[in-house]
Order: sequence, then structure tokens, then C-alpha cells
Amino acid sequence: MTGNLTLAIVATVLIAAGVYLLTERSLTRILVGVLVMSNGVNVLFLIASGPAGDPPLIDMFAGEGMADPLPQAMVLTAIVITMAVSAFVVTMAYRSFQLHGNDEVSDDIEDRRIRELAERDDVSDSYEDIVFSDTGEDRVSE
Amino acid sequence: MNNLLTVPVLLPMFGAALTLMLGRRPRSQRLVSIIVLIGVVVAAGVLAYEAETRGVQSLWIGAWPVGFGIALVADRLSAIMLTVAGIVTLAVLLFSAGQEEDEVRKETPVSIFHPTFLLMCAGVSNAFLAGDLFNLFVGFEILLFASYVLLTMGGTASRIRAGSIYVVVNLLSSSLFLIALATTYAAVGSVNMAQVAERMVELPEATQSVIQFMLLVVFAIKAAVFPLSAWLPDSYPTAPAPVTAVFAGLLTKVGVYAILRTQTLIFPHKPLTDLLLWIALLTMIVGILGAIAQADIKRLLSFTLVSHIGYMVMGIGLATIDGLAGTIYYTAHHITIQATLFLVAGLIQRVGGSSNLDRLGGLMTTSPLLAALFIVPGMNLAGIPPFSGFIGKLGLLKAGVSAGTPLAWALVGASVVTSLLTLYAIAKVWNRAFWGTPIAFTAEDDEGEEDTHAGRPMPAVMVTATLALTAFSLLLTFVAGPFYAYTNNAAAALLDGAYARAVIGEVVP
Repeated sequence: MTGNLTLAIVATVLIAAGVYLLTERSLTRILVGVLVMSNGVNVLFLIASGPAGDPPLIDMFAGEGMADPLPQAMVLTAIVITMAVSAFVVTMAYRSFQLHGNDEVSDDIEDRRIRELAERDDVSDSYEDIVFSDTGEDRVSE
Repeated sequence: MNNLLTVPVLLPMFGAALTLMLGRRPRSQRLVSIIVLIGVVVAAGVLAYEAETRGVQSLWIGAWPVGFGIALVADRLSAIMLTVAGIVTLAVLLFSAGQEEDEVRKETPVSIFHPTFLLMCAGVSNAFLAGDLFNLFVGFEILLFASYVLLTMGGTASRIRAGSIYVVVNLLSSSLFLIALATTYAAVGSVNMAQVAERMVELPEATQSVIQFMLLVVFAIKAAVFPLSAWLPDSYPTAPAPVTAVFAGLLTKVGVYAILRTQTLIFPHKPLTDLLLWIALLTMIVGILGAIAQADIKRLLSFTLVSHIGYMVMGIGLATIDGLAGTIYYTAHHITIQATLFLVAGLIQRVGGSSNLDRLGGLMTTSPLLAALFIVPGMNLAGIPPFSGFIGKLGLLKAGVSAGTPLAWALVGASVVTSLLTLYAIAKVWNRAFWGTPIAFTAEDDEGEEDTHAGRPMPAVMVTATLALTAFSLLLTFVAGPFYAYTNNAAAALLDGAYARAVIGEVVP
């Protein structure tokens, strides 16, 4: 099959912009990134469906020049899913805003702990300093 | 044609609708959910029997001509996964029902919990039965959506934080999945897995590799395979115990199943198996080292989950009948055992007031029953004979030895070391939480939230549900002979093209 270069470039630019926005911290920007990227992905399906043709309606158009209907069905499904995802991310961003006054995705707890420990030059809390004494009993000192 | 195939997908969906309408009647909601899940288990059991006696079952939904509609397919592999998944979700649901009976519904707001939980089951069933890649995508989306809601349930600060990471990671992987689907469709003109498999061999090798690699990355994110696993230990532990249990048991295994299915069906000529073996090795080692460093039981268990995904990938990477059979057995075992352990972690948090090892101690004297509930699945996870973990690991080790390549031997060594380190991690939890002197609980968990039910006795329903799962994992030992024979047949069927024949009715070269 032959691809459509214009559509390919459009898809690339949209996906690249979307991925760039996904790397932001603010959930609102991430949401915009998701929307842009999913549009780019949907354009990819248009490329996959081959050259544009007549609407795929039986009895109204000749079978020869019809566009492939299957990718269109897939794109419809993808669009519906993206809509639901956007609604969920908006809700999450709003809840985050209610709780913290911003909608930023925060660091992993563990990352934060390790950084704090490193700053204090301390050992991790799973570190056990076990001393075995000769009196026959194990002493676990904290 | 077998209309039973629609039951595991449609029944939970109807159940979800019904429970949503029954939002104000928690008792009837519970009843509906339990009946629905029993129905799913029965249907899955019948499918497993039919797949064994009458071969691969398939159904083209809506009687579309072959190749155009949506196909549902159940071979032995799908049927095993469905059955185990059904049993585990049923037990977890009973556990959460016990939780609701006993306390304020802070952890699991009933009106949303049951419909979402059932929808997730529908998604999982759909993913296991999907005969085409796009339907697999839809199955993933259904279960992911339900999991977003379950993970952020209650909307507390910690859950929103964990949830946003989980959602963004999965959004990215879903987009990548769609890109892979578009590429596949452009390359072969179909997304039906059997047809894709048939036409894939005609493509240039480079195109094949691109598609395979994209699919692998997508499923590896879902399965939390090492370089793509960082999201898991961060997002799972904050959810309520039943939610974490079912996530840990099922969701990653759906990813493993998808890798297994696409690798054996679409790319049977064993490309990229070396890559898979390397990844399996790294997943095992890095995961278990992460587990050892944890001081929180739920985080520790999350890391062992990542680590043990490595075993399953190892069997897929070996790509022999022995290896695949080992993977299937191990997956069934691991779904059960990981869910059980997270349920026990929930009970520990309930009795001890915390899941942090620094704030636990002497649970052995406080609650000997809890100690027994922990040690059996714990030893099982570490692979101590005669538990099912040992049998699964033994199968994989034998497959590794018979493969005999240096890399396979390295994996055999790594899996033994991982097993030993798992034992160390479990022993560490045992030493610090169960032995020693009881510590007065502070009634406050890690995020500084009040834990109102700390120190109260465990409700009988929760204990029974946990015991039932433990008993099921022991059953995997008792019926290991016939069950391993079944997984062996399942693995052999994966490699002989029976699946494609049943779906499109042609012999695939």
C-alpha cells in the first residue's frame, strides 16, 4: 500500500507535541498532551485505511471506490475512550487542586525519602544493625 | 460456535449495571456481585473442560462473516486464566464484603465499589477471550478504567497522588498500543490475531520486528516488566487491601497473558527471545533487591510481584513447551498467592494498625491465626516444597536446564537466587512483624491518616476469604499432576497452530 505523507507528518507532529506535554508536571497540561497525542494516533489509523474513497455505505456507492470502514470503526472506539479518559483526568486534576491547591503530579514517596536520607547522611529505615552477643540471646539494637 | 464464550464478559457487565441501580441497597449489591462471579467461575470451568475435550472454542459475535466481526476464542490457556481469575476475584469480593459488614464504608464506598469491581472482571475476561488485537485493547481499556476508579477510591491525597502516576503511565501505554494497532492494520490489513499471524510471515523482517517490539513494550508496561515497572510499587500500595490484592493478582497477569499470546501466536519463529530472557533476568534480580530494601509490607510485596513477573517472562523467553507450561502454571499459582498475600497485608494493617515493619511487632502473640495466614502463602511465594510455588519454579528450572544455552543457565541461577532472596524478604517480615514484643499501635498510617479500626479483631468473613484463597493455592499442589498435564497440553496447543485453525478454519504454515 502507499501511505499519505501529509497525514504521516501531521500525525508525527501531533504525537511529538503530545509526548512533550506528557512530561509536564501539571495534570492539566498532561491532559492537553493526551488529547493532542490521541488525535495524532487517530490520524495514523486514517493512514492505515489507505487512500480516501467513497463513504462505506452499501447500495449507495459502488464497492470499488469505497474507503475501508474498519479503521473508521476503530477510530470511533478510540475517540470514545479518549473522551472518557479526559473526563477522568479532569476530575483527578480538580480533586488534586481541592486537596493541594495545585494539580501537579508529585514525586514518588520513596524517591523523596531517599533524597531526604541522603541529605541527612542517614541510613534507610529498613537497615538493621544486628549484634550477636555471647550470652546466647540475640539482641536487636535499633 | 459456542455462545458460552460471551458469558464471562457479559454477565459481569449486566451485574455492574444492576449493582449500580442497587446503589442504596448494599446487601442486595453484594448478593448480585457474588452470584455474578460464581456464574463467571462456572462458565470458565465449563470452557476449560470444553477446550480440553472438544478443542479450541471460538465465536464470531453477531454472525459476521469470518474475518470481519469480533472473535472470542477460548483455548486451554484462556480457560485456565479465566477460571483462576474468577476464583480469585470471588474470594477478594468476599473479603471486601466482610470488611463492609464490619465497619464504616470508608475504605470501599459500596455504591461505586461493586459496579466498578464487576466491570474490571468483565475487562479481564474480555482480554483473556479476545481473538483480535483491537478487542484486546478494548478489554485492557475496560479493566484499566475500572482500575483508575478503584485506585483513587475515596479521593484521599495519597490515592490521588498514586492514581495520577498510574493513570498517566497507562494512558501512554494505551496510546502506544493504538499506534501498534494502526501499524499492524496498515501492514497486514487485519487485527484478528489468527489472520495477523497468517499474514505476518509474508512481511519483511524489519516490519515484523517493529510491530513485535511495539506490542512487547505495551504489554511489558502492563505486566510491569523491569525497565517499565517503576510505576507499580508506587501506585499499588495506597489502595484499599482488596483492591490492591485483585490488582496485584490479575492486572499484571493480563499483560503476561498478552505477551504469551502474541509471542506464541503471531511471532512463533522465536525472534527476540534472547531479549526476553535478559529482561526476565533483570526483572527478577532488580525486583527482589527492591523488595529487600522496603520497610513497608505492601511495598515489599509490590516489589516481589515485579520480581516474580520475571519467572513468567523467563518461560515465554525459553519458548519451549516445557517453558510455556511452566509459565502457565506459575501464572495461575502467582495470581492466587499474590492476591492472598495482599489480603493478609490488609489484615496485618487492621490488627497491627500499620503496614510499616517499624511499627509492627509481636503479632505472633497478638494473633496466632494471622501468623498462620501469613506464613503459608509466604513460604509458597518463596517456593518452599511442597507448595505450588516450588512446583512452578521446578518446571521453569527444568525447562531452563533442558534449553541448555549459557543465557538459560544464567536464568536458572538467577531464579534460584531470586527464590532465596524472596525467602529472605518473607523472613524479614516474619521476624519484624510477628516475632518480638507487641508494639502499641499508634493508630496512624504512613500518610498520617487516622486508622479507626486498628487493633480490632478480624471479622470471620475476611479470614474465611483469605483461608479459601490459601486453600485454593494448596489445591494447586494437590492436583499438580493433572493440572500440570493440562498446562502442558495448553503449551503444546499454543505452538501447534490449533488456535488459528479454530478461528479462521485454515491451516497456518
